[in-house]
Order: sequence, then structure tokens, then C-alpha cells
Amino acid sequence: MTKTHYDIAVIGGGPGGYVAGIRAAQLGLNAVVIEREHLGGICLNWGCIPTKALLRAAELRHSIDEMQAFGISVGDVTIDLPTMVKRSRKVAARLSAGVTHLLKKNKVPVIEATATIGKPLKNRREVNLSDGTVISASHVIIATGARARSLPRIEQDGKSILTYREAMVPQDMPKSLIIVGSGAIGAEFASFYNDLGVEVTLVEALDRILPVEDSDISAFVAKAFEKRGMNILTNVKLQSVTAGSDSVLAKLDGDHPDLQAERMILAVGIIGNVENLGLDGTAVKIDRGHIVTDGFGATAEPGIYAIGDVTGPPWLAHKASHEGILCVEKIAGGKDLHAIADGAVPGCTYCRPQVASIGLTEAAATKAGHSIKTGNFPFAGNGKAIALGDDAGFVKTIFDATTGELLGAHMVGPEVTELIQGFAIARSLEATEAELMATIFPHPTLSEAMHESVLDAYDRAIHF
Amino acid sequence: MSVNVTMPALSPTMTEGTVAKWLIAVGETVHSGDVIAEIETDKATMEVESIEDGVVAHILVEAGSENVAVGTVIAILAEAGEAVDTISATPVTAAADEAPEAPTETPAEMPALVKETTAVAQTSVAETSKRIFATPLARRIAANKGIALDGLTGSGPHGRILRRDVEAAPAAPAVQITPASANAMASSAATGASELVANSQMRQVIASRLQQSKQQAPHFYVTVDCQIDTLLAARRALNEKAPDGVKISLNDLVIRAAAMALMAVPDANVAYEDTHTRRFQHADICMAVAIDGGLVTPVIWAAETMGLAALSQTTADLASRARQGQLRVAEYTGGSFSISNLGMFGVREFAAVINPPQGAILAVGAGEQRPVVVDGALTVATVVTVTLSADHRAIDGAVAAQWLQSFKGFVENPVTMLL
Repeated sequence: MTKTHYDIAVIGGGPGGYVAGIRAAQLGLNAVVIEREHLGGICLNWGCIPTKALLRAAELRHSIDEMQAFGISVGDVTIDLPTMVKRSRKVAARLSAGVTHLLKKNKVPVIEATATIGKPLKNRREVNLSDGTVISASHVIIATGARARSLPRIEQDGKSILTYREAMVPQDMPKSLIIVGSGAIGAEFASFYNDLGVEVTLVEALDRILPVEDSDISAFVAKAFEKRGMNILTNVKLQSVTAGSDSVLAKLDGDHPDLQAERMILAVGIIGNVENLGLDGTAVKIDRGHIVTDGFGATAEPGIYAIGDVTGPPWLAHKASHEGILCVEKIAGGKDLHAIADGAVPGCTYCRPQVASIGLTEAAATKAGHSIKTGNFPFAGNGKAIALGDDAGFVKTIFDATTGELLGAHMVGPEVTELIQGFAIARSLEATEAELMATIFPHPTLSEAMHESVLDAYDRAIHF
Repeated sequence: MSVNVTMPALSPTMTEGTVAKWLIAVGETVHSGDVIAEIETDKATMEVESIEDGVVAHILVEAGSENVAVGTVIAILAEAGEAVDTISATPVTAAADEAPEAPTETPAEMPALVKETTAVAQTSVAETSKRIFATPLARRIAANKGIALDGLTGSGPHGRILRRDVEAAPAAPAVQITPASANAMASSAATGASELVANSQMRQVIASRLQQSKQQAPHFYVTVDCQIDTLLAARRALNEKAPDGVKISLNDLVIRAAAMALMAVPDANVAYEDTHTRRFQHADICMAVAIDGGLVTPVIWAAETMGLAALSQTTADLASRARQGQLRVAEYTGGSFSISNLGMFGVREFAAVINPPQGAILAVGAGEQRPVVVDGALTVATVVTVTLSADHRAIDGAVAAQWLQSFKGFVENPVTMLL
């Protein structure tokens, strides 16, 4: 039997895997991507992209309510849910086809199969495919991603107790909804369903929603959500959940009253897809459902690498892509490569109001022993935001008082997910407050609030 | 209109200086050309003259202030007829990198500006003649820690120096003396006692340049013994005939021999500069002079053109003024070749570190009587051992050996170099 040999075999065609495949091809390496379902992974098919399509629909729905203030009258509004969901699926399908094209263009073959890492050969590994064929590769990159974590004793039946996957293809709108977990996924679904008229209760086990964000951001979003009529419960754990035919009953700890709703979405984190990969008998270490790697994807087993969600948080597509590139460049003998530094990965949440951040929170910066300077500028002082009719939110910046390093930036408000890259570039170029202050920000833009926040950290804000 | 007096750039590499001493006081009248302060640079202490007439309104940087960036306003003069007490202590130009450390009389309306510009001023580190690529944060941290960027290797895009590269560099020792070490000094019996002394600018420059040399220039060493009895006899004869005030030293003769050897073997009179090699047309010889707290290397320009009397007077003058810290910048900048002589300390032989960007340095030991074999018979001769350290990027082994052979020839047959 002739075996096809590759320099690099990537298991999984998500934003980590397909990017690794393309980068390998760019470097002249002979790579293959093995995908079991559809290229683009969760991000593109069941995560980032289709939810953005849904949230855009919800945002448009919301803006109709504000049209009158702009002098525009709108007649009766009806929601065509099947069309809304269909559009979301079409967006995902279009992008998945795009990835197919990109791999083809870069001459990276795609094998549709599941894969198991096989026995080690001299300087290479066998990879067994589900269609019975065996290939070999000098380097195997595991990019299998992750899936929704479940809670013990709660069965996600997909009908009344949902994960993100069912929650983004609703066939009808429930009257009421309990969302368990208030990270990015929970907050986005809460925002979406609430905008479409669903009564939402958001349940969080920790002391605040969006718990990885700066506490000022959490407090602001909680207030905005409550103003929109959401019920937010923090410091609350589920005791038991009973699913009826078209209702869910949740008993909570402490003396919280029971919650009842038509449906429940579990958004309590994700867990790496580490099973059935043939890792038994290898030196690959798995810690709490995630593969342990060095900063460049290398596992404890020579020739086996892992990138993206399967290696642990933050579970973000852009982190996976960057890890894929680093891993391949390292394999190709790249010099002066740096592992992703703490706090270098920006995070975006597309609820209303949007949230975006990078680096350390104020609490983390203080805990790390930095003496800090913080700046805060509200969008209420920004001309563009006021003109847009969307001036709720602020930009918070945190600097090291000694070095002027931008330790963290935290934003909530209009289009902040599009703004955060400015601070990401500043951090990547190791700018200090001096360069940020010396930069001319265009007027009138939302980005002026970023400049003002930096100025405010040094008591120099002009418009506040 | 008041006039700002700024920290002058007294040498091409100077980025900051220390105000060693003020020779003026507030209220005093100064004229253009008056010496107003002494500034200590990385290499020497120099006098600064006023370029304007006026009355001293404010002295913003106290004597003894270290690491004052070039361009920082250090004093303000009131012009003739202007009342001194109407002059603000804030410099007239508020350009960020010219602002001084916050003066005590800062006007209340601009506190933030002065506060923030102190940080900005600190960032202008080590901009030597060659451009150093480093991130702003790396520059700031290096400045805070007193780390010279030119000694670092960057790991960022296109070799840019990143924060991580600075943090990986050994930090300069803290300048404060901790209570523990102060106590230790009090009781000299304490074991492990030590004292922290702030590194002078000269010390930091020596450290950075010699580290650069050893890291970048692949040194190799070639050693030869020279019999100098004939040379010593010639020196005696010369000094007997020399005009008053001229006393030719052994070192002068060594410099002369080295200059002649550089002319005879021009391939050794070179410097490696990445894409090209610089070939010097003269023997511009630096002689290392030990001074208090370090050393300095004044240059004897075109040494091959000088007669021994002129050479001797030049070296004596340079050495004397070097020890007094009175050299002008041009007198210790440049040169094609260096000589370090530790013979007066009884050192038999040693190897010196090349003075970058030069290609070679000659280490000269003491002349001493040693047994030598002449025509199969043991006899006694006065011998000096010299070692040439050469930068192999520019000078190959055979060239170094030829040069030493030439040098030895001139030293052992001094008549040939006195022409």
C-alpha cells in the first residue's frame, strides 16, 4: 500500500486549522487539512459568523424603535424568523465556501474524514483516516476545537434545553428564556432574544456578568441589560433543572425562588475535543479537557502539536489563527518568533452595547503589582456617538505609571469591537502613552474617545 | 525676552550629561563667552560658555544632577534691562523634550505638562550616530533601568529591540546604597560586605563599547617577543641630543614603530563596517590613558608623519590633559589603531580588547631581562612581549603576523624607523 506523505497534517479545518494549512503552503511546505464536517469550524458555521448575522437582525429591529427620533416613521413591524435564520445560515455557507476556495488556491488538499494519530515511524507519524486510508506526516497539528460544556445532571435535549448550536437556529420564539452563563456567548444570546421580545433571565454563578471583563464594564452592561428589561441573577448556581414538554423549571441555590421559562440556553463554557485522536500511549498531556502545549503549539510528544480551542482559553478564533501561524512558522524554522504574550489577545462581545477589551483589567493590573494610571472617557462626550444616537458607553485605559505601557483597554458602546484593534496595534508596537497622545485621531469619529481616554489617564482630556 | 540655556551636545555620541559645577549664580551678569558651567560627559569634563549676554534668572538643574538629556533647559537668562523676577522658571519654549525636571516654582496652570514631559525627556536614550531600532516601551524601560540599547540584540521584526529584549538584559546596579550595606561599611568585619557605587557615564560607555567589541568582533591574538637593547641604547643617545624639554619615552618609540608598521602593512590599518572595509590612509594611533575612574584614548593623528620629538611632545600633552579631563571631543574621537601599554606596572604580557570600530589593538608588556638563545648560546637580553588583538572580520591571521613581523623589525633595528 502506498502511503501519501505530507510535511504537515492538520486535523480540523476551523480558523486554527485552515489558517495553519495556508501558512504552511505559503512557506513551501506540503500540508493537508483533514475536516470531519465543514471547513471554517465552529466559528464560521456555528459561532462567530452566524451569530453576528442574527445580532445584526436584532440590532436593525431595535433601531426601528428609535426611528421616530430621527424623523422617520415606520409602519407595523413583523418578524420573519425563518428568513432571519435562513440568512444567518446563508452567510455561514458563503464563508465556508470561501475557505474551500482559499485552500484550493493555496493547493492545500482537504480530506473529508475524521482522523486518529497512528503509530510513530522514523521522523514521522501515521495518521489513520475514517475512510480506511492511512497517510503519514512529519508534523501533525491537532486543531479539533471544542464543544459546549454541559452541567452535571442537566441533559441538553436540544428542544427545551439548548446549547449555542440549537439556540442560533430557532424555529419559533419562546416567550421566556433562561440563559445560564453570562460570558460572551450567554450575553450575546441574551441581547439577541431580548431584542426580539423574549423575556430573558441571565444567570451567572460568579459575582458579575461578563466576568472576564473589567468590573466597570460588567457593571455598565448589567445596567444596560436591566434597563432593557432583562432579569439578571449573579452569585447563583443551578441546583436542578427539570425539562417539561414546553417549559423548563430551574431550582437555584440559596433562597432564590425557582425560575420557570419556556426554554433554557446553557452557555457555561466549552471543553476541548480531545477524544478519539489516538493520543493514548503518546506523551501528549491533557489537563482539564485541554491539550497542554508550549507557546508554539508543541505538545510533550515530538511531532504532535495542538492549536486553538483544544489547547484551552481564551476560546477565540483569532487566537487559534495566530497560534496556527506561529506553530507552522516554528516548524519551518522561523526565527525571532514570540509566543502569544499574556493579554495580547483582544476579546469582543457583540451584545448591545458592544464590549471590547485587551490586556489587563484594572483589578488584574493592581494585583500584578503595577502602579497604574487609569483614563476614562464617556461616549456622551463624543460628537460622532451623539450624532449616531448611540452615546452610551465609555473607553477605559490603564497605563503603567512607571513605564507608560498600555496595560489594558476596556470599551463598551457603539462599534467598540471595530475600535479595539487600535489599542491592539499600540500594544503590539509597544507604544507608550506619549505616542498615543501624539497620534492625531480623525474628527468626528468614535475613535476620538480612545484618544481622550488616554489623555484622561494623564489628566489631559480635552472634552471632559 | 528671556534666553534658555540648554544642555549642550559636547560630542557626537553625547545624549546626556551631568552638570558638574555651576560657575554662575542667580542675579549674576554674564557675557557671551563667559564660562558658566562645567559639564561632565561620558568622556570628559568640559566648560560651557554662554552664548548670550544677560542676567541669570533661574538655575533649573542643580550642580551634581546626572543624566540630564541634551537639549534640556538648565538655566534661564534675563536679557539686559529685563527684570529677573518677571522671568518664569518655565522654559520659554514648551517643546516636550526640552522641558526640565519639574521646577519647584512651576506655574499652577500647567502642572500636567511639566509632569508628563519629565517622562518624555527620559525616553531620549542612547541615540548614537547609528540608528537604533527599538520600541517606545523598550526605550522607556531601558532609560528607567539605565540600560544602553546599543549593546542589545533585538528580537522583533527586522531586529527591532522589544521590551522583552531590554528586560532580558542585565539591569544596571541600583544606585542607592541600601541600609544593609551602609551598616556593613560601618563594621568592616562583616563578611560579604559590599558597597554599591553608581556607574559613571564613562564607566557605562566603556562597558557598552567593549561589550559590543567582544560580542561583534571575533578577536584573535598574535604574540611576539622583541629584543629592545638596541632600542634602549638608541633612546639614550636620542635623549642626550634632544632639545630641552623633550624626553623620548619607550612608549613614544613603540608608537613610532607601530605607525611605521601600519604604513608597511596597510592591510592591518583597517576597520570592518558591515558591507565594506574602511582602509585608513594614516596611522591615526589611539593611546590608552588610564584616568581616574576609567580610561580615555586620545588620538595621535597621522603619527607616521611626526618626528620623534614632535611625537613625544604630542603624547605627553595628550596624556597630561587626558588625566585632567581637559581633552576636546575631537581629540579622543576616531583613530585607526590603538596601543595599550601596561609595561610600567611590570605586566609581562596581556591581550587587549579592540577599541571599536577599529580593527586591531597592540598590548605592550614590560621590558625585562630574560634569557635568550643567540646562535645556540644562552645569553641575556632585554625583551618586551607584545600581543596584537585583531578583528578577524577585517584582518586575517597572516596579515596580523606580517604586521607584527614588521613592528618587531622596526623595534629591533630602530635605525630603520628613524628615517
